Amino acid sequence: MQRDEVRDAVEDLMHAYVQCIDDDRLEEWPDFFTEGCLYRVIPRENADQGLPIAIMHCDSRGMLHDRVVAHRKANLFAPHIYRHLVSAIRITGQEQEIVTVRANYAVFRTLVDPVSYGVTEVYSVGEYRDKIALIDGVTKFKEKLVIVDTSRIQSLLVTPL
Amino acid sequence: MQTAAHTPASVEPVHLAWPSEGMTRVPYQVFFDPAIYELEQEKLFRGPLWSYVALEAEVANAGDFKATFIGDTPVVVTRDKEGALHAFVNRCAHRGALVCREPRGNRVRHTCVYHQWSYDLKGNLIGVPFPKGIDGKGGYPADFTPSQHSLRKLNVATYNGVVFASFSDQVEPLVEYLGPEMRPWLDRIFNRPVRVLGYARQFINANWKLYLENVRDPYHASLLHLFHTTFGIYRSSQGGGVILDRYGRHSMLRAYKRTQEEEVGAYRGANLRTYQEQYTLADPSLLKTRKEFELELTNSIHSIFPCLVVQQIQNTMAVRHILPKGQDKFELLFTFFGYEDDDEEMLAIRVKQANLVGPAGYISMEDGHATELVQQAIVRDETGRSFIELGGREAVNQENLLTETGLRAFWQYYRNLLGFNS
Repeated sequence: MQRDEVRDAVEDLMHAYVQCIDDDRLEEWPDFFTEGCLYRVIPRENADQGLPIAIMHCDSRGMLHDRVVAHRKANLFAPHIYRHLVSAIRITGQEQEIVTVRANYAVFRTLVDPVSYGVTEVYSVGEYRDKIALIDGVTKFKEKLVIVDTSRIQSLLVTPL
Repeated sequence: MQTAAHTPASVEPVHLAWPSEGMTRVPYQVFFDPAIYELEQEKLFRGPLWSYVALEAEVANAGDFKATFIGDTPVVVTRDKEGALHAFVNRCAHRGALVCREPRGNRVRHTCVYHQWSYDLKGNLIGVPFPKGIDGKGGYPADFTPSQHSLRKLNVATYNGVVFASFSDQVEPLVEYLGPEMRPWLDRIFNRPVRVLGYARQFINANWKLYLENVRDPYHASLLHLFHTTFGIYRSSQGGGVILDRYGRHSMLRAYKRTQEEEVGAYRGANLRTYQEQYTLADPSLLKTRKEFELELTNSIHSIFPCLVVQQIQNTMAVRHILPKGQDKFELLFTFFGYEDDDEEMLAIRVKQANLVGPAGYISMEDGHATELVQQAIVRDETGRSFIELGGREAVNQENLLTETGLRAFWQYYRNLLGFNS
């Protein structure tokens, strides 16, 4: 792939990823990852201190799938809508078929429960540190680390970032 | 001069008549009345109690410090050159500014940035700029005595590496405060040096005591948290019970597995919505557990009054620190830990099982939300009260999980502490 083609493919993947979540098509969310992927949501205070705990830690696509089933069937939370903004997408390296990418994200959360209907808040701000696999023209996240500046999470985190 | 239009809300004296049924009823007023919140800060958080402030592992070396809170008062915990721990109110003795402005770190002294008053690691004032002025002009009066301007020092005590502080000089020794009923359970977890593995924070729009109820309540465990039942892992028929200290202020909830057949049978019989058999984990590695305690418990939730919870769920361990931020807000800070001698495999198990707890925890994320649902509904009903009679009307140890005995014990203690009579 040419450099521009790689950039287009990476940006398409990152935008399609956040639109999948924002559209509440969570059942498709695991398909953005390779089978042996790593997805971690890490409070910045842990990342900065080199501490290993993440608040979501999935090291297989199966674990992502389990998160979706739990979201739909098990976990209880105030109903809400996400709106992701992604910016400063930058390719920082490439080795064979793995592209390393950094980007910023912000998620606005709008509550749709009867008490706070229509209230929007800045829910989470942070950074994506991704490794994207380019295989036969298909892009997937091999690794997606979500470094969360907003370490103090409002109420809970159930919908992925 | 005109008075400002805005005057700060004055604290009204508390008018609260506890329901005559006693500890089986809790007036909702205790969750939304700002005057009660103020009273708690004074009589409880600054009263003759020990408050959790840190793990020793967080302030392991000389000069290490951690900024935290007792109630909503900012405090700092430090370790001095001799290895002793200290705690003081994080407020300059000069003009009241926050002295320590970082959450954690290492310093040889703490200097207020406002006018550079400087304090040693014990909280003693060791230097002020221009004490004699310049060229005989300015400066402090001749009788200015730095030793009279230390930071407000607190009493500090540790138990098995867990650090507590108290505003009170009348407080009983920490060992007695924890009590003989609770100490064996703390000994079980804090049996050797621990290592901090990370933090997670939640901000909950609810009164802090609603969370104290939650961690003393085994009834909700498989009714609110549907993860295990959805994936057919284990169910509320598991064995367990509630142990209280002699005052009812601390509690220990523990749960252990029965056999699979016993569990499924009991649950089917109850015909609950929470029983769903159709899902299985695509990746069950989440539940890989290694035996590490002599006494195996799937869950132990250990509540030390007022604001500490020590949690062991399978191989994930954390202290949960409840930080009140007003009558209708609190922060919940999870400090995950393992042991210094954990091998790589054990560390990996703990990291993976952290999916179970914390703000995105499969079996804990709902707790904060449940307390918010209460806070949202109890507004403006001075006569409203909850009903706490599951497992009887007593506050005694019970060897089952379908009980609210821990709540009754807590409210009885709280009510006496704050002097709320019927």
